[in-house]
Amino acid sequence: MKEKKSLGYEYLKGLWEVNPVFKQVLGMCPALAVTVSVMNGLAMALATTFVLVFSSLLISFIRKLIPNQVRIAAFIVIIATFVTIADLVMKAKFPELSKALGPFVPLIVVNCIILGRAEAFASKNSPFRSLIDALGNGTGFLIALVVMGGIREIIGSRTLLGYQVLPNGFEPWLIMILPAGAFLTLGLLMGLANFYVDRKNRIEKQELVQKYRKTPDSVEIKGQEA
Amino acid sequence: METISANPTYKLELTSSPHVHSRWSTKQAMWFVVIALIPSLISAVVFFGPYQLVIVLTSVLFCVATEYLIKRIRKRKVTVSDGSAVITGLLLGLILPPNFSLSSTAIGAVFAIAVGKEIFGGLGYNIFNPALVGRAFLQAAFPVAVTTWTEPNFAVDTVTSATPLAAFKFDKVLTDIQPMFLGNVSGSLGETSAIAILIGGIFLIAVGVVNYRVPLAMILGMILFAGIFWVIDPIKYPNPVFQLFAGGFLFGTFFMATDWVTTPITSKGMWIFGFGIALLVVVIRIFGGLPEGVMYAILIMNSVVPIINRFTYPRIFGAAK
Repeated sequence: MKEKKSLGYEYLKGLWEVNPVFKQVLGMCPALAVTVSVMNGLAMALATTFVLVFSSLLISFIRKLIPNQVRIAAFIVIIATFVTIADLVMKAKFPELSKALGPFVPLIVVNCIILGRAEAFASKNSPFRSLIDALGNGTGFLIALVVMGGIREIIGSRTLLGYQVLPNGFEPWLIMILPAGAFLTLGLLMGLANFYVDRKNRIEKQELVQKYRKTPDSVEIKGQEA
Repeated sequence: METISANPTYKLELTSSPHVHSRWSTKQAMWFVVIALIPSLISAVVFFGPYQLVIVLTSVLFCVATEYLIKRIRKRKVTVSDGSAVITGLLLGLILPPNFSLSSTAIGAVFAIAVGKEIFGGLGYNIFNPALVGRAFLQAAFPVAVTTWTEPNFAVDTVTSATPLAAFKFDKVLTDIQPMFLGNVSGSLGETSAIAILIGGIFLIAVGVVNYRVPLAMILGMILFAGIFWVIDPIKYPNPVFQLFAGGFLFGTFFMATDWVTTPITSKGMWIFGFGIALLVVVIRIFGGLPEGVMYAILIMNSVVPIINRFTYPRIFGAAK
């Protein structure tokens, strides 16, 4: 029943095909709230990836021991353990970053990417495949958050990673570092992604039609005979 | 609307009835609106100087250019000549503060057309009034620049350049009706002169481009809702006539809330829409943190237009209730 896909695919699908932010539309809360700057986005994505990778791995290891009826509760306990580790490490090693991210690090517990991957993938696949899948999704999340953070930081405060990249003559768009800017950036990026996919599908479809149009007679006769 | 095109040369367009014949084509009607905006343009030049024309022209130029570029990129028919982008540009220019930065005007114009209109599919598909989308974006992006007012050329009181609404909200100073009627007060380019707006608005209603229901509902609604507050406490709340002529209410009434695309299509719906805007304006002005709320009131009501249309759908003649 289950089709075995290559390990490379399991990793790469997270980057684009099922990108957590742009395609699965999961993890919207951190994607919108903390992407004020690249650094915040990067830190958030790394913390999430850490939790995602280790909880996927552990859930996959003990997937046959977890009773089906209480699986969500079990997943959450495992996820919360790793979130606590991430939160405490950040507080100890990067206090400023931890302050900037505020309540959003503890909130990784309820990040739907992690529970989603646990439910949809880790609880049904081998630990190694779950690890690859978690890494792919984590990288996809990282790309999305860094792109959003980059756009919002450059336009909203003229800087990138804290260094000024736009001249003083450029008046920063305050809206980009406000919540409204997050929604605008996310919406436009998602629209762009859909536009691209849509166009690719249309071109493929047209090519298919062209291929059949070349031999319309033979197709028609075959149909009549049948 | 559905288009069946098995063969690209033959196109059959299907739309549902009723098909109402209009006196004017979209193109003609759009140019009537441009004519109706001329008095407001003149008032902007008279009260704030000829430089304001540059702002409005920049806005128009960038709106038209954005529309042209997006249509070309998306390989659609270029529809610049229907004048809708020109109107968006004019409206956006006229609701900006005097001596507003040209680069910011251009950003607002590009945003108005690109995000306010073309993303939804172009003219006829946009949910929100594009000019107001541009203005709301500018207000959020450059909050200081957008609320920096220049006082008019013939200002009697040269001490303050606050708009009548801001003066009342923060200093409890009630501006006289006469300068507000003529336009000799601080405010956005086209919104200060009530007489210029009335000339243009009544012209639009007279030639049948704009339906009288929404403006009438808004004005009656404003008198009613502002009147209720005024009767309760005439010192704390401004009188309805002041509310009517202050800020961008009249400009919004005649030029923003009468946009055909973003307003209800049913008669009953238009009344609901107009009264809704008036109520929201009064609520925002009296209880909100901002002195003016016409822009947000119209945008909020724009968003509920599909619901209004659905619930005010006329009963089919002869059908059972």
